[in-house]
Amino acid sequence: MNQKEMRTVYAETLIELAHEDPRIMVLEADLMRAHGTQIFKDVFPRRTVGVGVAEANLVGVSAGLSVAGKIPFAATFATFASRRAFDQFFISANYAGLNVKLVGTDPGVSAAFNGGTHMPFEDIGLMRMIPDLVIVEPADPTSLKEIIRLCAAHQGNTYLRLHRKALPQIYQAGERFELGKGKLLHDGGDVTLVASGGLLVNEALKARELLKSRGISAAVIDMHTIKPLDEQLILEYAEKTGAIVTAENHQVAGGLGAAVSLVLSTRHPIPMEMVGIHDRFGQVGTQDWLMQHYKLTANEIVQKAFLAIERKN
Amino acid sequence: MLAPAEHARLTEFAKEIRKKTLYTIGNLGVGHIGGALSIAEVLALLYGKVMRIDPNNPQWEDRDFFILSKGHAGPALYATLALKGYFPLSELDTLNRGGTNLPSHCDHLRTKGIDVTTGSLGQGLSVGCGVAYSLLHDGKQQYVYVVIGDGESQEGQIWEAAMFAAHYKLRNMIVFTDYNKLQLDGKIDDVMSLGDLAEKWRSFGWDTRQVDGHDLNAIHEAVINAQNQQTRPAMIILDTIKGKGAAFCEGLESNHNMSFSMETAKQAIAELG
Repeated sequence: MNQKEMRTVYAETLIELAHEDPRIMVLEADLMRAHGTQIFKDVFPRRTVGVGVAEANLVGVSAGLSVAGKIPFAATFATFASRRAFDQFFISANYAGLNVKLVGTDPGVSAAFNGGTHMPFEDIGLMRMIPDLVIVEPADPTSLKEIIRLCAAHQGNTYLRLHRKALPQIYQAGERFELGKGKLLHDGGDVTLVASGGLLVNEALKARELLKSRGISAAVIDMHTIKPLDEQLILEYAEKTGAIVTAENHQVAGGLGAAVSLVLSTRHPIPMEMVGIHDRFGQVGTQDWLMQHYKLTANEIVQKAFLAIERKN
Repeated sequence: MLAPAEHARLTEFAKEIRKKTLYTIGNLGVGHIGGALSIAEVLALLYGKVMRIDPNNPQWEDRDFFILSKGHAGPALYATLALKGYFPLSELDTLNRGGTNLPSHCDHLRTKGIDVTTGSLGQGLSVGCGVAYSLLHDGKQQYVYVVIGDGESQEGQIWEAAMFAAHYKLRNMIVFTDYNKLQLDGKIDDVMSLGDLAEKWRSFGWDTRQVDGHDLNAIHEAVINAQNQQTRPAMIILDTIKGKGAAFCEGLESNHNMSFSMETAKQAIAELG
C-alpha cells in the first residue's frame, strides 16, 4: 500500500487551509524540523510562531491568538502537550471556551528511540477529563487530512493525536468523515474490534483476517474520535456481535478501552476485552519491538477476541 | 502631568473603585482584598483615561485589551467595570454567589468586559502575548494591557512569556507588576525573593520603568513613555501597598484572602471619604 508520512500530510493540509482561511496559524515549540512544518513557514512566515522550548507559553500564546480570532494549530510531543502544558490547556484554552487546536505528536510506542520520557501512554486519559474537548486520532493519511479540516471548522478546542511517521492508506481519497462518528471498516457478526490510531487499526485489520481463517467473523471500527465517543455505533455493534475488543496505543485505563467500557457497562453489558498498555511506563526500543513487548499486536487482539467470545454464553 | 481636573477625576475614580471593592468583598464576608486594593490607581488610569473601550460594546473590535493575570483581584476589576457601566452596580452584590457572573477569578465567558479568563497564575501574560502578536500581525493599533502580581512572577511561565514578547518585539504590550511585596504566605523576600525585579525585566529585553503605583501622574507618565518607545514590550513596575487605603488591612501580611464584616467595610469606606 502507498505510504505517506503523516507529518507531511499535516503540514500540507495546514498550508491548504491557510490559503483558504487567513485565521489559520501554526505554532511550534522547537519541533518544527520534527513536525515538517518548515514548509508552512516558507509560505506563511508570519503565521508561523515559534516559542522556543516553552510548552506552557506555546499553549498560552495559542489561547491569546484565539482570543484575537485566530485559529492556532500548536504542536509538540504528546507528552508535553498533555502532561507539561495540561493546566494551560485546561484553563487558558478549555475553561476559557476558546478555539485552540492542540496537536500531540509521537503517540505511545511511536516515540521509539526517544524512550520512556517521550512515550505518552496517558495523554488521551488526561484529555478525556477536559469537558467538551474533541479528541481525535486519525489512522491514515486520508483521514488525517479530513480530520484536520474538521478540527479547523469546529468552533471549540480540539486535541489531535498525531503519528508523525508513514502509515498505510486505509481510506480512498475523498472519503468523508464526521467528528464523533466512528468508521465501520468491515462488518462482522461474532465480535467487534474497536481500534484507534494508525498502528492499532492496522493490527485490528490483520486480526480480522486471522480470525476469519479460524471461522470467526469480526467487525472492525476505526474510532478516530475518542471524544465525543460514537456511543450509538458501539451499542449497535454490542447488540449485533455480543462481544467487543478495544485496541489502542495508550493505557487502557483512561483511553479508548475505558471510554468504551463506560458505555457498555452502563448501557449494554457484554463480554469485553482491552488491548493496550496495562499500567506500564514506556521505554526505548524500535516501534516493532515495543509493539511486541507491550502486546499491541494482531495476535493479541485475536487472543482477546476468543476470550470475549467464549464468555458470551 | 495630568491636568489638575483630570487628576482629581481619576483620584475620585480610584477612591470609588476602592469603596466598591470593599463593599463587594465585605458584603460576601471574605475575599482577596489586599491585592485588589493595591491596583486601584492603575485600574482608574487605564479605564478612566488610557484605554480605548466602549462599555456599551464590550466586544468592540478596535478596543484595547485588558488582562488581569493576577485573576484573584477580580473584585477590583468588577468594581471598575460596574462603575464604567459594563453592568449594573447592583450585580456587585452577587460576588461568588451560586450562578453569579462575578466569580473570584476573572472569567470572560461570564462577565461583560472581561477579555481573558485568568486565575491559574502565570497564564495571563502568555495569553496577552498571543493577543498582541495577532494584533501586530494584522496591523492593528490597539494595545494589550496586562497586570501581573509579584508573587505571580515566581511562576516560570511568566519568564517564558517575557522572552516571547521581547523576541517578537511586541511593542503593543504594556504590562504592570503590582509590586506590593507581599504574597499569601508573607513577605515576598521571605517566601521567594524576586531579586532585582526591574533589572530582570531589562535583561529580558523589556522597556522597564519603576514608579509609585499609587501616584496617578507617575503611572500616567510611565504609560506615555512606554507608548512613545515603539520598539519593545514595556514593563511598568508599580511600587504598591497591599491593602492600600483601608486601615484595617493596609500592609497587613495576612490580607491576601481575609474575612471581614460589612461593618468593617463600611467603616473603611467612610474613612475614604
